[in-house]
Amino acid sequence: MIQPVADTRPKGLIETETLEVSIGPQHPSTHGVFRMNATLDGETVVALKPVMGYLHRNHEQLAEQMTWLGSMPYTDRLDYFNSMANNWAYALSVEKLAGIKVPERAEYIRVIMTELTRLLNHICLVGFLLQDLGAWGTPLLYAFREREKILDLFETVSGSRMMCNYFRFGGVRVDLDDKSLALAREITSKFPKFLDEFEKLLSGNEVLLARTQRVGILPKELAINASITGPMARASGVEYDIRKVDKYGLYGTLDFRVPLGEVGDVYDRYYVRVLEMRESVKILNQVLRDVPAGPFVAPEVKLRNFKVPAGDGYGRIETPKGELGFYLVSDTQGKLPYRYHVRPPSFINLTILEDMCLGHKVADVVVILGSVDIVLGEVDR
Amino acid sequence: MEAIETIRDAVVEAVSGAQVEIIPSTPAAAQPALLVDREHVFAVAQLFKEDARWQMDFCSCVTAVDYLPKDDKPGHIEVVYHLYSVARKQGPVVLKVRAPRELEQCRVPSLTPLWRGCEFQEREAYDLYGVTFAGHPDLRRILMWDEFTDFPMRKDYEPPADYEWEPTPHDSTLDRAKVAGGVVPPTALEEKKK
Repeated sequence: MIQPVADTRPKGLIETETLEVSIGPQHPSTHGVFRMNATLDGETVVALKPVMGYLHRNHEQLAEQMTWLGSMPYTDRLDYFNSMANNWAYALSVEKLAGIKVPERAEYIRVIMTELTRLLNHICLVGFLLQDLGAWGTPLLYAFREREKILDLFETVSGSRMMCNYFRFGGVRVDLDDKSLALAREITSKFPKFLDEFEKLLSGNEVLLARTQRVGILPKELAINASITGPMARASGVEYDIRKVDKYGLYGTLDFRVPLGEVGDVYDRYYVRVLEMRESVKILNQVLRDVPAGPFVAPEVKLRNFKVPAGDGYGRIETPKGELGFYLVSDTQGKLPYRYHVRPPSFINLTILEDMCLGHKVADVVVILGSVDIVLGEVDR
Repeated sequence: MEAIETIRDAVVEAVSGAQVEIIPSTPAAAQPALLVDREHVFAVAQLFKEDARWQMDFCSCVTAVDYLPKDDKPGHIEVVYHLYSVARKQGPVVLKVRAPRELEQCRVPSLTPLWRGCEFQEREAYDLYGVTFAGHPDLRRILMWDEFTDFPMRKDYEPPADYEWEPTPHDSTLDRAKVAGGVVPPTALEEKKK
């Protein structure tokens, strides 16, 4: 750990004042159009207010004006790295309200797609984090090389690389053929070797350790109290994974562990994600072993004139960024959602950005924000 | 988790004077909610957070819903809190609180002092629905811009027809036409060209 040189000059001789700096919204380190109003004392952050809404398009109101299925493609645009996971969260919430049973094969396909999404999200996050640290190009290049393989599979299956629009109420849109399954197995079998290489490059790297250890510490109690979810919370030692707690889909029957951090600093957030990728590979190996035959979508679900009984409900899943939930209200007609609310993990994980940044240098703010893993499509909606 | 009736009875017993009503969800979702009156919602939330039976230390989702007046029933804005317990791995307890739709009376107590996670979500509900959260440390708009005056997620909101209006050179021409009674008089430059 690098210690700052102690300031031995007598105090009070030079008059100083704090400086307000607006970081963003057009700045590469903000991962989009996010802005931070930082108050600096020298180079140290003494206050930091997040400003958001530059990408606000009232996603919720759009969804309230179209049919239930009509907003499925819009969920792709929330967190455009994880369209498959967003699809699942929305499909699961509607299935919860309407009481739709999902066939076994569809459950397998859903787990395969979402765990592949987790791999690609975490690998990109590590790449971007290193980019923020100043390691221009190299880690991100390798991350994107692996991501491309997974995106190729998504394109084969769903027809689109990023905006997949693949899930349907009661299953998925098209079946997964044997060729795609073989491709998924190949990606899964080669991924650990890549991850070993990647870790060799990064995990013990002196620059990475110096810049990330004991930086941006988030205490466990604050993480729970501030509704922080996902790898962010688990890096602070909060043992809470919705895959384990709610046991939705197949996760109740699968064998995997939940990695936890000890300190809750940026390095823990990095390393928890690396370990989660290893667990995702473990999950993928289990589900890819034998995918059962059968229908890939519940046959009783009608695509046209789909209706949901009156009432409300909240469904949530563990996406790579945290808890993505949908609070939906259906009125007596049931054709359109009366209320459609997204509980976005990136948005709520920003609540404690100021707490983590206080007392650190401006350069650390960039790293801390990078470790939160935000996507502005989801923050601003 | 116990049955919702048991929870309701326990809450009514612990918080004196609280009016708690059970609101059913869809039959399949089976997430019945507790509708609490505005005066006691903070005490009820605190009970859920601190009582050893529930330990709802994690407030997952906060949002508002706008119900327009229907038939002879008055409308209201409903604020919905989804509480979970990380310590006991259980939930959700759904808390609902209602406020009138009129802006001056649309006030509910903020739960941010209990759960920091409500901070941005309550700001969002204020921004989009106009619910004032009394006791919120920093209630400002969060998604819409600061100069915006309306609350766009309300069901009776109508976007202005000219919301992308900005002054153009064309406007001065229209103004001159208005003065001249509908006919656009030539500018000085056009006169010169003649």
